Amino acid sequence: MIEGYFNYWVVIILMMMGFYIVISDSNLIKKIIGLNIFQTSVFVLFISMSKVKGGTAPILTDEASVYSNPLPHVLILTAIVVGVSTTALGLALVAKIHRAYGTVDETLIHGQDDIQDET
Amino acid sequence: MDIATIVNFSLLTLMILIVVVLIRLQSLLAIALSSGIYSLLSAGLFVTMDAVDVAFTEAAVGAGITTVLLLGAIAVTGRKQTVSRHGRFLPLAVITITGAALIYGTLDMPPFGDPGAPIHTHVAPHYLTQSAEEIGIPNVVTSVLASYRGYDTLGEVIVIFTAAVGVLLLLGRTTGSGRK
Repeated sequence: MIEGYFNYWVVIILMMMGFYIVISDSNLIKKIIGLNIFQTSVFVLFISMSKVKGGTAPILTDEASVYSNPLPHVLILTAIVVGVSTTALGLALVAKIHRAYGTVDETLIHGQDDIQDET
Repeated sequence: MDIATIVNFSLLTLMILIVVVLIRLQSLLAIALSSGIYSLLSAGLFVTMDAVDVAFTEAAVGAGITTVLLLGAIAVTGRKQTVSRHGRFLPLAVITITGAALIYGTLDMPPFGDPGAPIHTHVAPHYLTQSAEEIGIPNVVTSVLASYRGYDTLGEVIVIFTAAVGVLLLLGRTTGSGRK
């Protein structure tokens, strides 16, 4: 039971810790790191599903007959690259916000917005 | 327990430890570096789960480029984190409920490594048995990525291009004309 589901449960714990960083921390860069943690844990979930017991990497040879499933690997290869693209875009937005507000702290940004609304 | 299972268990445990440390850290520089370690550990985990292509992409792109991007962003915005957290109770309640629901969901999934899981019996055998003849590349991941799903990979390139254009539009213009 534990061996069969350990991967999935650890993935969920990692996912929730990433989610916790996103919703509890007010620093925008740390939020993006939280999103990255969440994202990598999803990759681990997919690769865990593709594993076949006793299988080997899906590179065809005469010596092996059992291979792990290659399809989730392809999907996750695409997802890793797309993930880096979104991270780069998110960090560019953070740099732009820093230029406009002088801070990357969500609470301070909201504070400046409130002051601007009053005047 | 065989050696692969032990490596699997210890890598997953190390990943949890790294994230716990990361949540408690205050210095953004240390946080960025530990997220790089986290990515590298996940790359090691991918090797033990037979996903070698994913592992080297994650090590190069996830642990490498993402960390460089984070360090660049920290260099621009300053490495001191102002300490102002939101309340802790509400986020903890949200993740506990979500996590419990997700763990309940995993109980319906086939156990780890089960060869009879639906994911392994549907279309995957076709690629494993036919791709050597149809495409002629021994690495099945490469033949699916570059041939069967070539259009998907083209779409991926478009995503990268769009992101690069977005980053340049966000950062490029003001450095050129806005500098005092």
